[in-house]
Amino acid sequence: MSDPQRSPKEPPEATSTATTPPGISRRGFLKGAGITAAGTALLSGVQGLSREAVASTPKGVKEFGPEPFPVTLHINDKEHALQIEPRTTLADALRIQLNMTGTKISCDRGVCSSCTVLLDRMPVNSCMTLALDTVGHQITTIEGISANEQIHPVQAAFVRHDAMQCGFCTPGMVMSCVSLLEKNPHPTEADVRYAVSGNLCRCGTYPKVFAATLDAATQPASKA
Amino acid sequence: MNSFALADCSTVEAALSQLKDGAVVKAGGVDLLDRMKNGTDTPTRLINIRNISELRGIQSTPEGLTIGALTTLAEVADDPGVRSQYTVLSDACGQAATPHIRNMATLGGNLLQQLQCWYYRSPDFQCLRKGKEICFAFSGLNQYHAIMDYGGCPSVAPSSGAVALLALDASVELTSTAKGKRTVAIRDFYLHPDANPHRFHVMAADELLTSIHIPKPAPGTRSAYQKYGEKESHDWANADAGILLEMDGSLCRRAVVAMGAASPVVRRSREAEAALAGKPITPETARAAGQASMTGAMPLSMNAYKVQLFPVAIYRTILLAAGQMDRDPSAAG
Ligand SMILES: Cc1cc2nc3c(=O)[nH]c(=O)nc-3n(C[C@H](O)[C@H](O)[C@H](O)COP(=O)(O)OP(=O)(O)OC[C@H]3O[C@@H](n4cnc5c(N)ncnc54)[C@H](O)[C@@H]3O)c2cc1C
Ligand code: SF4
Ligand code: FES
Ligand code: FES
Repeated sequence: MSDPQRSPKEPPEATSTATTPPGISRRGFLKGAGITAAGTALLSGVQGLSREAVASTPKGVKEFGPEPFPVTLHINDKEHALQIEPRTTLADALRIQLNMTGTKISCDRGVCSSCTVLLDRMPVNSCMTLALDTVGHQITTIEGISANEQIHPVQAAFVRHDAMQCGFCTPGMVMSCVSLLEKNPHPTEADVRYAVSGNLCRCGTYPKVFAATLDAATQPASKA
Repeated sequence: MNSFALADCSTVEAALSQLKDGAVVKAGGVDLLDRMKNGTDTPTRLINIRNISELRGIQSTPEGLTIGALTTLAEVADDPGVRSQYTVLSDACGQAATPHIRNMATLGGNLLQQLQCWYYRSPDFQCLRKGKEICFAFSGLNQYHAIMDYGGCPSVAPSSGAVALLALDASVELTSTAKGKRTVAIRDFYLHPDANPHRFHVMAADELLTSIHIPKPAPGTRSAYQKYGEKESHDWANADAGILLEMDGSLCRRAVVAMGAASPVVRRSREAEAALAGKPITPETARAAGQASMTGAMPLSMNAYKVQLFPVAIYRTILLAAGQMDRDPSAAG
């Protein structure tokens, strides 16, 4: 605080609390109120937990951890039983516990999206998602988008267009593009750019990712 | 990340009953897990409010709009009602962070995210905001820091949502077991570092942010937000502008010019607003407002570029709000 560059202190604005505007019912204002949750992973309470995981606590509160406890995760249309702690991220559960290493971790901070998975078919960063928060929801990983030994049309287009170099961002990139085509089967290049705008590729494969995804959109659809 | 216990709550009442003994609230978790992974925060108990469905959703009321604190940024950005009447907010929520983060991050969490100063985010630096007497940014790396009103801590206001909500004259509803509900205007919600370096806002430890209320804009209102960063979507703003114009025919009756990345607390530029009030919106008046916004700027050793970036951001966003310019492809989103 002794820096000479410091500017003179501005008088801080007084803090005051306004009164509640009239006419708005405060309690439970959203109950039945046309909640706009289209296409979102509305996390409606943790289910699918084994009984012993849930200690008895006050109404509306379920206690977990810090010790490991058993859960079932629904991944790629299969049930997986595993032990997690509250701090276990979905990325760690997938990679370390279930050995599903197709999902990559680069930054582990939500910046690069190389850890992208679909949660109820919506793209999220598995490194910033607690595994516990995904119990009772559908998780789709890169391992789950191909059916009957057939790679997904987006993957096939990535191969045709040579849309990867080191490949580390590729699983996340593919998941973002798969999700885009599920929601918007006929995207423009701007739509593809937007869909992968959180996917960081240090090798600079973006132009080929755009071309591959637009090409995949012309192929017969395959939904995992 | 340290080991912790987690209380998963399904109602506001349940969550409030758990708000004690240093337990920390987790909504989307994007900001909190970042701090825990860095090791600056080591709570031993989290209160998971993410599954409280009564705090999620957007409701139009005769007075305006009420948004549940747990509504995600993506939900706010994609809501047609928000987009048509509260464009500055859908813009801000649609440009904050990456598409995937916006699917996880909540509007309440966005308003409550802590400083992004890299010294603050590192466990190796104990600064003014962590109870010591020193700020490392003044003589250190400060290219992303504040250029005005910074007092003893030039880390900038990180929330894009707060810039838009300031422009809209919104308020937040805070709820506690002891005091029930109270409403605080966004303009009064955040604390300047010199007022209290150890607190960012006026919310008490036993309170939850439960909803956001936005008054209905006056007829003829147009608004927009744009964010300029170093990268397209992976990063916070270096300059941002939340603009609201109340138009009376071709004249601007009242203008709001809100900024985030200039100062530690979201601010309105009264000088820029005065340059627009009572005048038509033209490239000339928009440029004058952009210039006026830098009144009082005192850049640090590495961020004088912001003094040039802000006027451009404000100029272009005024014209965007007025419908005279397209969205800037070099802005994030
Ligand atoms: C790569 C990247 C880029 C980003 N860029 C931007 C950007 O450009 N603009 C921007 O605005 N943000 C940006 N962010 C930040 C992001 O928007 C926030 O981290 C996010 O909105 C936080 O929301 P959350 O629900 O995950 O909050 P959490 O992490 O769950 O909570 C944040 C804090 O608020 C508290 N809290 C949360 N909700 C409540 C509540 N209802 N009541 C009481 N306390 C509560 C928590 O205890 C915690 O301390 C970026 C993030 C990343 C990772
Ligand atoms: S700018 Fe603020 S948060 Fe950063 S080192 Fe200085 S006092 Fe700490
Ligand atoms: S590893 Fe998850 S976003 Fe980078
Ligand atoms: S292919 Fe190497 S990071 Fe994208």
